[in-house]
Amino acid sequence: MNLLTHIPVLVIVIPLLAAFASPIIGKLNKKNLGLFVSVILGITLILTLILATNVLTKGPAIYVFGGEDISLTHPSGLFAPIRIIFQIDAMSIFMGLIASLVFFLASVYSLSYMKSHEGLEKYYTLLLLLATGMSGMVYTGDTFNFFVFLEIASIASVALISFKGTDCGEPAEAGLKYIVVSAIAGSMVLFSVAIFYGQYNVLNMATIAEVMQFTQLDKIALILLVTVLAMKAGSVPMHMWTPDSYSEAPAAITMVLVAVSQASLYALFRFTFTLYNIKMNTVAVGWIIIILGVLSMFIGVTMAIIQKDIKRLMAYHAVSQTGYMLLGVGVGLAVLANPIALETFGIKAMEGGIFHIMNHAMYKGLLFLTAGALFFRTGTRDLNKMGGLGNNMIYTAVFFIIGAAAIAGIPPFNGFASKLIIYESVYQFNPLLAIIAMLVSILTLASFVKVFHSAFLGPKMEQFKDVKEVPKSMLFAMATLAFIIIIFGLFPDLVVKNIVHPAVMALINQSSYTEVILGGM
Amino acid sequence: MVVVNNFPFITVVILISLGIYTLIFKKNLLKIAIGIILMGNGVNLFLVSLGYRHESIAPIYTNAPEETSMVMPTAQALTLTNIVIGLATTALILSLAVAIYKHYGTLDTDKARRLRG
Amino acid sequence: MNIGLLETGSGSWNAIIWIVMVVVIGIVVLWVRSQGEEKYKKDTNQTKPFLSGNPEVSKEDSHVSASHIYWGFTEALKKYYKPLVTLHTGDLNDYSGWIVLVMAIILIIVGVS
Repeated sequence: MNLLTHIPVLVIVIPLLAAFASPIIGKLNKKNLGLFVSVILGITLILTLILATNVLTKGPAIYVFGGEDISLTHPSGLFAPIRIIFQIDAMSIFMGLIASLVFFLASVYSLSYMKSHEGLEKYYTLLLLLATGMSGMVYTGDTFNFFVFLEIASIASVALISFKGTDCGEPAEAGLKYIVVSAIAGSMVLFSVAIFYGQYNVLNMATIAEVMQFTQLDKIALILLVTVLAMKAGSVPMHMWTPDSYSEAPAAITMVLVAVSQASLYALFRFTFTLYNIKMNTVAVGWIIIILGVLSMFIGVTMAIIQKDIKRLMAYHAVSQTGYMLLGVGVGLAVLANPIALETFGIKAMEGGIFHIMNHAMYKGLLFLTAGALFFRTGTRDLNKMGGLGNNMIYTAVFFIIGAAAIAGIPPFNGFASKLIIYESVYQFNPLLAIIAMLVSILTLASFVKVFHSAFLGPKMEQFKDVKEVPKSMLFAMATLAFIIIIFGLFPDLVVKNIVHPAVMALINQSSYTEVILGGM
Repeated sequence: MVVVNNFPFITVVILISLGIYTLIFKKNLLKIAIGIILMGNGVNLFLVSLGYRHESIAPIYTNAPEETSMVMPTAQALTLTNIVIGLATTALILSLAVAIYKHYGTLDTDKARRLRG
Repeated sequence: MNIGLLETGSGSWNAIIWIVMVVVIGIVVLWVRSQGEEKYKKDTNQTKPFLSGNPEVSKEDSHVSASHIYWGFTEALKKYYKPLVTLHTGDLNDYSGWIVLVMAIILIIVGVS
């Protein structure tokens, strides 16, 4: 009974069981519920780190549910894998690392942010269910299982967005918009899974990749999946749910929602790269993703400059940075069928895009946590009413400066490293795209200078005379993210060589995904 | 003849189109909830009709006689899962609509949009 | 210095060498600044900026609030901003409308190629 082989299922099951146990623990011992949840998510983080070292050194890990042996992919006498199989390769564990770190920090931050709220056991139950949903989305190798975990994550996040909807109406409206959009997305994903099942009679991703012939029905499934998963990731022109949901959720939940949107982005890459690879017309699909990315970058940042609400401004920036990821990986997809261009700049463009996913989760999480700290002490999110808080909240101001410099792409933080890779490789593909990306970076810096001036600079205002610094658990969460930003900025090559490059090669080589299950049959 | 053979699939297309039409053109929040339910029903019908094999019986026998063919049960398992997920989604949409009516006083999407711009 | 060296496709970037250069140039700048004029009287009118005419407005009255900071930028791009902000209606039916529209456009592009 080797513990190492059972980690893939432990990472899903431990938060799930804790989610069902937390109302009971909340009734017995109300004060220490937050501590219990933080310990559970900390254990999940340690297990994910052990799994990451295992996968990055020894190759993809699989886990078969319900068979006699957890590595028996083909049951005796049958022609194809028919059980639900978790398949964890380098790209999945990359997203899993982001997920477990972000959830652990969210629960530590919520120890003091949500202390004065009622109904806390419901909050922690939903947070643990969302952790289960997101981990299941990135680890699974089965299309219908992906749909189930997608719906778990959507329903849990809607309930968390409208958590404060009993006092005022805006969180309920934001939650309603998100659930309608998610329901459309879920139905269309299930429609595509049904198209695959009807044609090939299998649900396993590796087997579909092996037997796929690109018929007209597969084209319809591809179009549905690309549109709907890009919408759930928050790309223009389907992005309008993003500012509403991100601004009305509690601050720790917004940081978690950024990670969940990136899980949908991971699913988009997994479906286009692994299921279809070069059988589809990669130039057309790649250019569609590039156009979506460029529109997201530009419209996101121009809408962000005119906002008055601090979290709405940061949510529009999240839309804009998603455009960078779509641009980088779209360039890689467009040259996938062209081996010379792939070697010259395609792999580098994808490395930039995927490195940007991890960087974005870190600095956007830090920025949302500082906005939550400002709301916690002043009670308002309106930038017109804030002012002069840099005199009182020094630590928050320093963390905000680190986050704002990282998102604008200023050396030596990590935003500059990933943006540099994207600029240099996209320039070789098409110079106009790289120039638009640089313009967007300048406007990003401009809008964060606006936020810093309005919130922190200036003389002390009367109503904020006795505003103190935020409690220690919130400072710990922000300090961890700032530390990771600085470390990734000083040593970016360690991250790129050990974590990002295996993920990119796992996406490009379709055979490295299918041979684990089908074994060269 | 083509229409008669593919009758379930044509019904699926009609149901999903009606669902999307309701989502785009109807203003009342309860009608939007009905539109989402219609889309879910269309996808459920699609899943069940994929499992049909010609002149087969329901897959409920353990010791069936020799040459009986049964319809594929996997599609029906997927449909059951989706029905339960649709139940949870419907409950959530309706409770959010109740909360919006309590705070805004209206169920019209033209008037219940304080978050814009 | 191989430990912090990031190889992009057409060049390389090292953050540690950048920090060392900033510190070195900063020391040079501080040394040049210290060669300046030292004979001045502190806390008299010699160190204040010169404002001719009107008395100086207090800091609270001259604070530009957040909605008006980038007035020049938004005024110059008014023709681009007015349709854009009108498109973000916040109406729930429009969210579904955009999904169907984008799906139709992608269907035409991928179906033809």
